[in-house]
Amino acid sequence: MTIEEFGRRLRAGGITSAQATEECLTRIDADNPRLNAFILVMAEEARRHAHEADRELAAGRDRGPLHGVPVSLKDIVDVRGVPTTAASRVRDGHVAERDAPVVAHLRQAGAVIIGKTNLHEFAFGTTNEESAFGPARNPHDPSRSPGGSSGGSAASVAAGMALASIGTDTGGSIRIPAAACGIVGLKPSLGEVSTDGVVPLSRTMDHVGPLAQSVTDACLVYHALLGDAHAMPPVPMPLHGLRLAVPRKYFCDLLDDDVSARFEAALDRLRGAGVHVDEIAIQHAADVAPVYLHIVLADAAAYHASTLETMPDRYSPNVRTRLEMGRYLLAEDYVRALAGRDVLKREVDAALAQHDTLILPSLPIPAPPIGASSVPVGKTTEPVRNVMLRLTQPFNVTGHPAIAIPSGQTSTGLPTSVQLVGCRAQTDALLKVAVACEPHIMSAASPPRSGKVGG
Amino acid sequence: MTVESWLKAATADAERLGLPELKSALESLARATTALRAADFNEHATGSSSRQSSVVSRQSAVGSPQSSDSSRRS
Repeated sequence: MTIEEFGRRLRAGGITSAQATEECLTRIDADNPRLNAFILVMAEEARRHAHEADRELAAGRDRGPLHGVPVSLKDIVDVRGVPTTAASRVRDGHVAERDAPVVAHLRQAGAVIIGKTNLHEFAFGTTNEESAFGPARNPHDPSRSPGGSSGGSAASVAAGMALASIGTDTGGSIRIPAAACGIVGLKPSLGEVSTDGVVPLSRTMDHVGPLAQSVTDACLVYHALLGDAHAMPPVPMPLHGLRLAVPRKYFCDLLDDDVSARFEAALDRLRGAGVHVDEIAIQHAADVAPVYLHIVLADAAAYHASTLETMPDRYSPNVRTRLEMGRYLLAEDYVRALAGRDVLKREVDAALAQHDTLILPSLPIPAPPIGASSVPVGKTTEPVRNVMLRLTQPFNVTGHPAIAIPSGQTSTGLPTSVQLVGCRAQTDALLKVAVACEPHIMSAASPPRSGKVGG
Repeated sequence: MTVESWLKAATADAERLGLPELKSALESLARATTALRAADFNEHATGSSSRQSSVVSRQSAVGSPQSSDSSRRS
């Protein structure tokens, strides 16, 4: 059940927030032992808030589309009175003193916070394997990663444990798990959604955004995060006259065969619906990995320097190694990376000057097996982390808004995903294109969403 | 500081701190740094950019930060 469907039923008297919340809690009880999506389930508080939401609605107070909607939060976002673990033992004993602004906005919008979800430790990884609480697992195949770092968030939505979730995205940490779990993930434009009260990975590339079951739901949650509780669903752009650009070089050079086939099929369906699709090039795309690495490592090292000295053994070994690496970077190389960032921003801006959005795959591979350090991609074998970041990190470097939309499934039944990228500071315009394209991107063979909350 | 000398110093420091597992990570970072320095958006005090030499630098850099660094210094 999407947020949109829930809202219709709620206002028609066909369901209550208390019922929807109870169904999510029942599903958490049934599936969380298998999926490990939640670090903290806030059952009693959620029940209380759901009943309050029902009482308010009965009394004529409607807070908007998120009224009474059960939502999960990545456990990197502060909720007053409960720990923000960041999936790390480094945070042992922490209790948040106040709600992050995005949580306050969700509460004002009437959302029911159902719990806090698992993640890759300190959001510094793409698989969710390195967590003090054990790995989260993919609802489509629990032997596989749900992606990361917001893996628990994606699993919670895909498995029907919440109607939407809030994640963070520094190199793809919303879009990667959304793609791996077959749901929608939106990284808004850089700086639009507050990151206060959110444990940082890179203060210059962190984004907060929604994981949801549809583009419309993602839009409604995105607006709630901004403090706009009464937003309307996005109005689809007419498909005829829409101009999309495929940056084929680099972005389509290294793809799993099924991912590539689903992407080309989506392009064919869009063309068939009247969309104009051009091919363009982003000249320095291949430079993005070193640019990203030098920025994220330096930013992360600054935040973790003190605890790397005082409690290094509390980090997972691989996360600690990545953080320690950042302490050796030279300032001159950080400045070079910033120069590269400016070049990439300008090139993506230029690519979008004549187009409504870019269109490319979200994730080059289907969800990898838990424990894999490398995966086959076409005729080569690639390190899991590098290949998972490849198509998403460019837009953390540049700050452009981007959304992952399910596009079908592989021959083994794992989700595939297509990414749309819009102009900077124009997330709403991106969402209007995305909602128009969504039915054409999703093939008839798209995997069923696991979530069955509310039937 | 050249990438070669940076890697030597960083590796020695990691070993001094009892973090030998950092060595391969630092070698990987050295390859990324070499690629970053070879990118043609870098400007130089001579007024030139890396554009002219980037192809040669990258070919030698990926497998060996040391050789790339030496070529840039020459």
